[in-house]
Amino acid sequence: MSDYTQKIRETAKKLLSEGKVDAVIGYREGTLPLMAEPCLVKDPEKVDQLVFNSFCGVNLANYLPKRKDRVAVVAKGCDSRNIALHIVENQVDRERLFVIGAPCTRMVDRRKVAAAVGGREISGVSEQDGKLTVSGPGYEQTVDKKDVLQDNCSICIHRNPVLADEMLGEKLPEQEADRYADVREVEAMSPEERFAHFKDLFSECIRCYACRNACPLCYCPTCFVDESKPQWVGKSIDPTDTMTFHFLRAFHCAGRCTDCGACERACPVGIKVRQLTRKLEKDCLGLFDWEAGMNPDVRPPLDTWRPEDPEEFIK
Amino acid sequence: MRFLKIAKDDWTRGVEDLKKSFRVFGPVKEKEAYDFRLLDKGVLPDFSFQNTRLSPKSTVYPQSEILFEYTLDESKADHHVHKVPEKDYSPRVILGIRPCDAKAFELVRLNFDTPEYKDPYWLSAYEATTKVGLACDDPCSTCFCTSAGSGPYDEAGLDVLLADRDDHFLAKVLTEKGEAFVSAAGWNTEAPDAEAGFEKLAAEAEGKVPGGVPTDKLADKETVALHGADFWEDVAFSCINCGTCTYLCPTCWCFDIQDEVKGAEGVRMRNWDSCMFPLFTLHGSGHNPRATKVDRVRQRFMHKLKYFVDRYGRGIQCVGCGRCVSSCPVNIDIRRVARLMNEFEPAPEKCPA
Ligand code: SF4
Ligand code: SF4
Ligand code: SF4
Ligand code: SF4
Repeated sequence: MSDYTQKIRETAKKLLSEGKVDAVIGYREGTLPLMAEPCLVKDPEKVDQLVFNSFCGVNLANYLPKRKDRVAVVAKGCDSRNIALHIVENQVDRERLFVIGAPCTRMVDRRKVAAAVGGREISGVSEQDGKLTVSGPGYEQTVDKKDVLQDNCSICIHRNPVLADEMLGEKLPEQEADRYADVREVEAMSPEERFAHFKDLFSECIRCYACRNACPLCYCPTCFVDESKPQWVGKSIDPTDTMTFHFLRAFHCAGRCTDCGACERACPVGIKVRQLTRKLEKDCLGLFDWEAGMNPDVRPPLDTWRPEDPEEFIK
Repeated sequence: MRFLKIAKDDWTRGVEDLKKSFRVFGPVKEKEAYDFRLLDKGVLPDFSFQNTRLSPKSTVYPQSEILFEYTLDESKADHHVHKVPEKDYSPRVILGIRPCDAKAFELVRLNFDTPEYKDPYWLSAYEATTKVGLACDDPCSTCFCTSAGSGPYDEAGLDVLLADRDDHFLAKVLTEKGEAFVSAAGWNTEAPDAEAGFEKLAAEAEGKVPGGVPTDKLADKETVALHGADFWEDVAFSCINCGTCTYLCPTCWCFDIQDEVKGAEGVRMRNWDSCMFPLFTLHGSGHNPRATKVDRVRQRFMHKLKYFVDRYGRGIQCVGCGRCVSSCPVNIDIRRVARLMNEFEPAPEKCPA
């Protein structure tokens, strides 16, 4: 059992039995190898289902808006930044929230693990010292965790929570990473190439909205794609409508996206939707020196105005 | 019913010959995953798959389909007339459909082909389709077909069932459509002694399917008590209400009707819909009878595992393909929910004091 797991259980038990919170939101063991399921624990006697491992990629900040009760939530670096955004955007009340901060040990992409074992059935997995031991019918294979990280985790530069009421461990060293190599490649394309690139990128989209619904930013009571009076976008899998959905959603996330990777992780057909949000992240960094969710007191650049904002584009 | 032996040397030729009289669909690998596609000349189905990412239901029931076109422009002679666009209902064959997915067509049919209503689009496509199954000798760990009234050699809904025997296929020809199919492909090597071997293969494969998803007591449960069971909140908590489970499911049949209009010209289309979406039940008045996530998650499982069971008396509305299990982004697992439902006992009523 990881140290974090032990500490999460202890903290949850304490908070619940002392009546400090009504519920704890964390992860429990999945029914499948390489998965963990978000869960809500209300009973101090049931905290032992809580776990923390390399498969806790779901962003739990997504479960906070509209809650009326007092909850504690386990938050990795990115989750904590989304919580900070929720606070700025008045989606959660800081007073009613207890953040259990997890300096993040980086999350694993189960599709990469499946590819690493050649698509063979995986019936079990254990992790130790940066290695995953994957087993299935008639084989056991060890995989370096760093080779199977979620794409966003491998370029993450903020693994430590930006806010927490209790930390599960010491701060971990941050890495240097080139976050925008693939974005620059797309930027360098001609408009025709770029259009073809995006058309291909979204060609397999089935409009299931798992990406949107997994995203903590997408809390609008009615998403623009679901509006019918007026209807902004068609609902079929027409490529133009599908791309409209993706582009508009990405713009709604500009300056707010924390690159938590929840969207990409959720997509059943493996579409790299973060390409769009990272382009906007790159622009926000360049134009406004802004990284989303680093401070629960500062509003994101697209809903504020500062005299020093660049304005070359309003000529 | 009879058995044929199809040498793999002769497979390519047969598939190409088929394309002269059928539109041939089969699994192909695109980017990361397998899906059913119309196979162009020279393209063979790729049978190295376990199962496809999306089910083959879209070969008969596309995600988006135009029902009719119209014009409101009164200067046109055919204004306000429903015009069904030309559709290709020429014979088509799905090669390599897994038995669970073939059985799923029979369940979906219950919705589209009833004594009162016959859906012309679904039925025309269905009737045009010959389904050639590929038996599963190597089920996935998330499969539970044998618990769901199907199996790796299930023949339900199939016209031909193929078993892969290294250098040849054994073909069990099950229907007239199946006969037309093998004759169009020119496969005619009889294998009269194959039956016993085939049954042995089926039994071996069945033994490999993970079991332990009990559904035997669902029919006996009291609906209202099950609806009010205390586990729904816990089951539903992690759900993000996406369309993954229902869109990937071979047995989910719900759709939404939409008009797309430009000026006076319009089309009416149907698109797959999902009971997981809040919009699914939103009334024009703004009232939503399934207003919460718990309501929606409960609906999906109650429909598949209880209402359907009671309404049709032929088991659950699930063939155990495991797609929703492996693709749900938050690991909501129908096998676990089936167990909870099957084992559910209502709390004994307290006597009023
Ligand atoms: S858009 Fe994707 S990466 Fe960005 S916050 Fe939302 S889920 Fe996370
Ligand atoms: S999760 Fe994937 S398939 Fe679903 S809407 Fe998003 S990009 Fe499309
Ligand atoms: S059960 Fe899973 S796949 Fe289905 S709607 Fe909920 S989160 Fe999506
Ligand atoms: S409910 Fe899940 S396991 Fe059952 S048929 Fe549908 S996708 Fe397959």
